[in-house]
Amino acid sequence: MNRPVSDDAPFVGRKLRRVEDRALLTGRGHFTADLPAALHVRFVRSPLASGRIAGIDSPEGCRIVTASDLADVAPIRPMLRKFGYIPIAQPVLARDVVRYTGEPVAAVLAETEEQAEDLAESVLLDIDPADPVVTAEAAMAPGAPLVHAEVAGNIVVSVATETPGFAAIRDSAHRIVRVPVRSHRQSALPIETRAAHAAFDAATGRVTLTCTTQMPHLTRTAIADLLGIPESDLRVIAPDIGGGFGQKMSLATEYVVMVWLARRYRTSLSWVEDRRDNLMASFHSRDIGIVIEGAFGADGRLLALGGDVTANCGAYAPFPNTAAVEPLMSFAELPGPYAIGAYRCAARGILTNTCSSAPYRGVARPAITFAIERLMDKAATELGIDPVEIRQRNLVADFPHVSPTGLVYDQATYRETLAAAVAAADLPGFRARQAQARREGRYLGVGISTFCERTGYGSPAFAARGMDVVPGWETVEITMDPSGTVEARIGTSPHGQGLRTTLAQIIADAIGTVPEKITVIHGDTDRTPYGWGSFASRSLVISGGAALLAARKLHDKLLRVAAELLEAAEADIEIANGAATVRGTDRSVAVKDLARAAWHQSHRFGTGFTPGLAEQGHYDPSGTFSNATHIAFVEVDTETGAVAMRRFIVAEDAGRLINPMIVDGQIAGGVAQGIGNALLEEIVYDETGNILSATLADFLPPTVHEIPRIEIIHRETISPETITGAKGLGEGGAIGAPAAVMNAVNDALAPFGVAIDEMPATPMRIRAALRAAKNTARHAAKVEVSA
Amino acid sequence: MKSAAFSYHAPKSVEAAVALLGELAPEGARILAGGQSLVPIMAFRLAQPAHLIDINRIAALTGISVSGTIMTIGAATRHAAFERPPVPGAFGALLADICHNIAHGPIRTRGTFGGSISHADPASEWCLLAATLGATMIARSPRGERRIPASAFFEGIMTTSLAADELLTAIELSVPPAGTHMGFYEYSRRHGDFAIGMTLATFRIEAGRIADPRIGLGGIEPVPRRCPEAEAALLGREATEAAFAAAAEAAREAVDPMEDGQIDAEYRRDVIAACIRRALLRCAA
Repeated sequence: MNRPVSDDAPFVGRKLRRVEDRALLTGRGHFTADLPAALHVRFVRSPLASGRIAGIDSPEGCRIVTASDLADVAPIRPMLRKFGYIPIAQPVLARDVVRYTGEPVAAVLAETEEQAEDLAESVLLDIDPADPVVTAEAAMAPGAPLVHAEVAGNIVVSVATETPGFAAIRDSAHRIVRVPVRSHRQSALPIETRAAHAAFDAATGRVTLTCTTQMPHLTRTAIADLLGIPESDLRVIAPDIGGGFGQKMSLATEYVVMVWLARRYRTSLSWVEDRRDNLMASFHSRDIGIVIEGAFGADGRLLALGGDVTANCGAYAPFPNTAAVEPLMSFAELPGPYAIGAYRCAARGILTNTCSSAPYRGVARPAITFAIERLMDKAATELGIDPVEIRQRNLVADFPHVSPTGLVYDQATYRETLAAAVAAADLPGFRARQAQARREGRYLGVGISTFCERTGYGSPAFAARGMDVVPGWETVEITMDPSGTVEARIGTSPHGQGLRTTLAQIIADAIGTVPEKITVIHGDTDRTPYGWGSFASRSLVISGGAALLAARKLHDKLLRVAAELLEAAEADIEIANGAATVRGTDRSVAVKDLARAAWHQSHRFGTGFTPGLAEQGHYDPSGTFSNATHIAFVEVDTETGAVAMRRFIVAEDAGRLINPMIVDGQIAGGVAQGIGNALLEEIVYDETGNILSATLADFLPPTVHEIPRIEIIHRETISPETITGAKGLGEGGAIGAPAAVMNAVNDALAPFGVAIDEMPATPMRIRAALRAAKNTARHAAKVEVSA
Repeated sequence: MKSAAFSYHAPKSVEAAVALLGELAPEGARILAGGQSLVPIMAFRLAQPAHLIDINRIAALTGISVSGTIMTIGAATRHAAFERPPVPGAFGALLADICHNIAHGPIRTRGTFGGSISHADPASEWCLLAATLGATMIARSPRGERRIPASAFFEGIMTTSLAADELLTAIELSVPPAGTHMGFYEYSRRHGDFAIGMTLATFRIEAGRIADPRIGLGGIEPVPRRCPEAEAALLGREATEAAFAAAAEAAREAVDPMEDGQIDAEYRRDVIAACIRRALLRCAA
């Protein structure tokens, strides 16, 4: 069961160039916006955060569609049957009321994008304004306006747990350390905004929806359900995607409207979201406040951990994950990589008149890692223990480990990656440079973050969430045609992860052929088996496992064919590098000749032989945790509050590296986003719910100038929980980096006695903290003088 | 983010451009130079001119020349013309230093000096230069040529005293006399972003003391300007770090900073104090 991919794995583990890149780098990719269409769509969006729609006026002859035209379209209402979750409905175009700035209210159609925008400008929305609630605090205040009438107190989900004996353990602890942390709202900011092209085929009555999505099959299911049509009337294609990061794993209401329009007008239509609409009305995330509390022994052991989580979930519940994903993940995974004696946590999701919150690379974990890693640093200071040592004393070392919320941590290297990163960092050398720099008025800082990342989890883990839609498993179909080339059709939907390359590596080794002979087909509901798409660091683990199982079956069938052709026992035959050879002899036959025989000479292989070479693999693992330590080095300019990244180290363990180059790319990209998370990116609303950061002059992702070279150290722990040996790691960079950067900023500012527990740590926030510290110091000095 | 419809014109001479502008200004006409500000503003539909008059084909509007103590810069001269010092000496080096703070390479190859001046963004480096050195803007209209001093040119955020039918043709700068110390410092969130604050400082040393100090502030208030309070804190003092800090503190109190949803006034005061001190340190370096 748990045998290695291949005794002799010529392709797994190699830094093969990505087969995806030639087309992308030479401008030959296929993107949704490239498709020509008869009509262009522009959505008219609410300029207000809350209000009642009194009227919609459009010019004479304007082709406009509003909620009243869509009476037969069901609202989006994802369901979760646990944790007191209250389902809420979202009409695909606002009906009667608007609940956030940017909510689509109408769609206008024109022959060019420019004309569509002209038309949209000429549509007058008459909205009676109502008082909005913008922050979670405001939404929870007594008597606050309700975003949805059925959600009392605007609390859409609420969950709490306490392990037995928590209070006694906490109260007997040597010291209690408390940190309130705040992660401000962000956008995943894919370079390609959302886009959809819907084309009606008069011959079949079908619509083909080409759209930028991470989940084509689920998109088809959802839209077919909402429109009340059979799934066979809809084909969904996810072509090349310019980044998803989670923003494209939730159903865009606009896509539903596009399919409806294609059926209504029996034509082709295109919608390409512009950047302002993407920042305003595509999904947001990370708007989370956590009060974390650790009860420590004198030896630094974390005896009891308490957490109180409040997540601002925005106005609606995205399909399929509902509005509960951030608070529930915070609740389930707050203990992180630490072995904790007792645990108590309460988490709640709050509805507000803001854009809906949905998964973004790492989901809640950048915030919870920030919380617990700040806690570790603060406890280290208060207890007089080195920050590395206090972590080493608390990291899980015995596997499998069961967390307080019942998660099973498989074999990993929490302590070893910490030690490896610390060794690379030369902390004593750094401390000497830091001390010297401080004497010169320069403030350097180092920050550590250790974490584990739950990846590749199958349907049992998703079922525990209580959602009606339970993702998890994957199917891979592998066919070898008569010429010996292989097609693998997958239900995951890679969009930058390089899965066409890595799956080919796995399949080539398992079959005994070469990656060039293998084409991976994805992102087309007509061409691929039903599957869940790419998100949650799952695709390589689960599709990779399913591909391995299917490829082994194909390999075994090739052996049977080879045995017949070579007149040898199967056990004596080895298939490698495109040929089957009788071991110890020069008798061999090319794989392509085996393929030809399997299809065209099937009568030779006796009864019970299924003609051809087509196999299927299913994989539904329980899940596996990858882990890493990040160490960030920064310099803070205390006059301007600016933070410069100086160095970044990652020591990670994601099991077997199928393609180390792709792994490094995933880590680097995630770290870059994490640096943006920690220092730059913030979606800002004013008190009326108007968004102030809807352009790239206001929402600032890091550029190449802000990102240092990222040094990466690998370890490879092979866990029994994944048949390829590979763990997921797509989100880890984004999970660990913010906490490391924030700890480094705080380390740099230690001489001033200030704490920055809010991210992003903008220059404004840093300066405000320094000013406050200075005023406090002045005040203290005055008090002393007057006394 | 597609612009509203407009008519496009591409005159080949200053005379033709001025005549077109005179004719079309009543209908709403804008000059298109490098387009690095105007085109995004049109994409956001914050500007919806009926006519665009493209001056990129007018060779007479480009180039840098020096005559005596006056440097004349054609309005359509690209930022990139300043990436390497356009004239020898400290002033040329200063211009190159300032230029490198303007956005990014691709923008500098298209954007123009005169475009920045007439767009009058508070965060424009060239506007700060013009205000600090007392530049003269030369404008043409069917009514003739007008010379406008910087003090009468910048009126507010993206607002100048140029009339709707006036074409900015050139900018004249007084080259600081030999021996002038010059320093520029800009602070922005990321490399190439709009300045949150910036300072251009110049002074001479006479008998060991600071003479003719100029402290220009940009990005802080709606209009770039000199800061008399900071200059007073320097005049007649030795060029020491203490004097520079005094100038920075004087400006901190004297400015009336812009505020928005992300940047408050107190922060801008911090930034301008840092910019002044650092620009002065660069003067002394």
